[in-house]
Amino acid sequence: MGKYPVRFGDGGRVEMTEAEIRSDLERGTEDAAERGNVPTLSEDELTYLLDLFKCRDRVVGVEEGKECCLTYDNMTSKIERAHIAISKHQQLQIFERALGADTLELAHIDYSFKQCKHVMIYEKPNMEQAVLYTIAPIFYGAMPNMGLYSIPDGPVPNPGDLLPKGKFEEAKASYDQMIEYSVKDMVYVGSQMYEAGADGINFDTTAASGDAEFFAALTAARTLKDKYPEMGIEMGMSGEFILGMHGEIEYDGVRLAGLYPHDQVKVAQKAGVTIFGPAINTVTNESLPWNIARSITWTKACSEIAEIPVHANLGMGVGGVPLTLEPPLDALSRASKAHVEICRLDGL
Amino acid sequence: MGDPAGMHAAHAVVSGMGGIRTAGDLVARMQLNRGMRIDAAKKYVADKLGLSVSDIHDTVVMNEVREDLNIGRVNESPGVAKGIDAKFLISDLLGLKINCVEMFKKRVGI
Repeated sequence: MGKYPVRFGDGGRVEMTEAEIRSDLERGTEDAAERGNVPTLSEDELTYLLDLFKCRDRVVGVEEGKECCLTYDNMTSKIERAHIAISKHQQLQIFERALGADTLELAHIDYSFKQCKHVMIYEKPNMEQAVLYTIAPIFYGAMPNMGLYSIPDGPVPNPGDLLPKGKFEEAKASYDQMIEYSVKDMVYVGSQMYEAGADGINFDTTAASGDAEFFAALTAARTLKDKYPEMGIEMGMSGEFILGMHGEIEYDGVRLAGLYPHDQVKVAQKAGVTIFGPAINTVTNESLPWNIARSITWTKACSEIAEIPVHANLGMGVGGVPLTLEPPLDALSRASKAHVEICRLDGL
Repeated sequence: MGDPAGMHAAHAVVSGMGGIRTAGDLVARMQLNRGMRIDAAKKYVADKLGLSVSDIHDTVVMNEVREDLNIGRVNESPGVAKGIDAKFLISDLLGLKINCVEMFKKRVGI
């Protein structure tokens, strides 16, 4: 029986038979369906994915007419991180004029709202200049990164130190304090950038610190949307599942801990978010057929229920893209095509 | 991370609309500022341009259309709208307020 070149979630190459690929696709979709209480992929969709992995083409692409819009995270650090001496302004121009970017994003290399707050006096003129020479819509982006507000990086007693000691109420009080500080910073940075001409704000890697951080980002989004009704707001997530680090936090009557993407998008819509980005973490010791089937199961359920555009996260280690610094084109192109076509995505 | 060829260029080739090479920036504006989903956003832009949805993905068609409408393109020729100038025209074309355009008007009193 023939074997096909496939990869694992860490990017490592492996050869699998058709039956093995099929089995991993089924296990992947069943894992997501069971955890998230969403439907598994249909027989046709599994066959589509099987054919995609049996195809020996090095790079694949979406059918004509199914192209979608791309948004980014930390755009103006991407080329710089390849150790190319280049300014943010030049990176914006390269993305718009050389890399076919549908949208742009100005960002600070230390990509957290708390850190961005300190450089607003420099970032504001950067945005004011950027909107003069660019054409595509432009975001300012950063991560809520609530961990920065607790000791040793911030002023608040660290819930991670309090919880093991059984100090549950003190830990919850810490989260409440961190929410207050982070909302203040996100609203400040968002306001400054919108008033410098940005089309929108991107909350990236949201809820990395769990339900408290998700609540803070939703609250900041609502505050900004009320303040600037025309503002575009993108909210990209950090993982498929909201960790219940606090456990009791609700947004508009919905408990945030434990939400999967198809429920996350509902609260995001209520908060005034205009583009939602589900993120499904890649499991490195499972194959890419397993990871992609699993990711698409959740992302499809999210896209089907969403009233706003869905731009799934397909960066390093999410959305069936291998967790490796230089993603192989065979793997990335299959993840990209499969997500866009099966989930009928608005963007990536 | 720092692999624009493996990540950003690849997604753009595999799935992206193409930005200002096509009408990707215009469709993205309708998503971002109006919360339109992809099919509705593409149809809205195609209708405003008087084109079919298929045409707005096409670099050859859109290069000519963008030149005719003076809304910016990759290969800029002298004297045509660039940057904020193009966005003034895009704002009118799409019937959409663009934040930086409104701020520009306010700053210079127009």
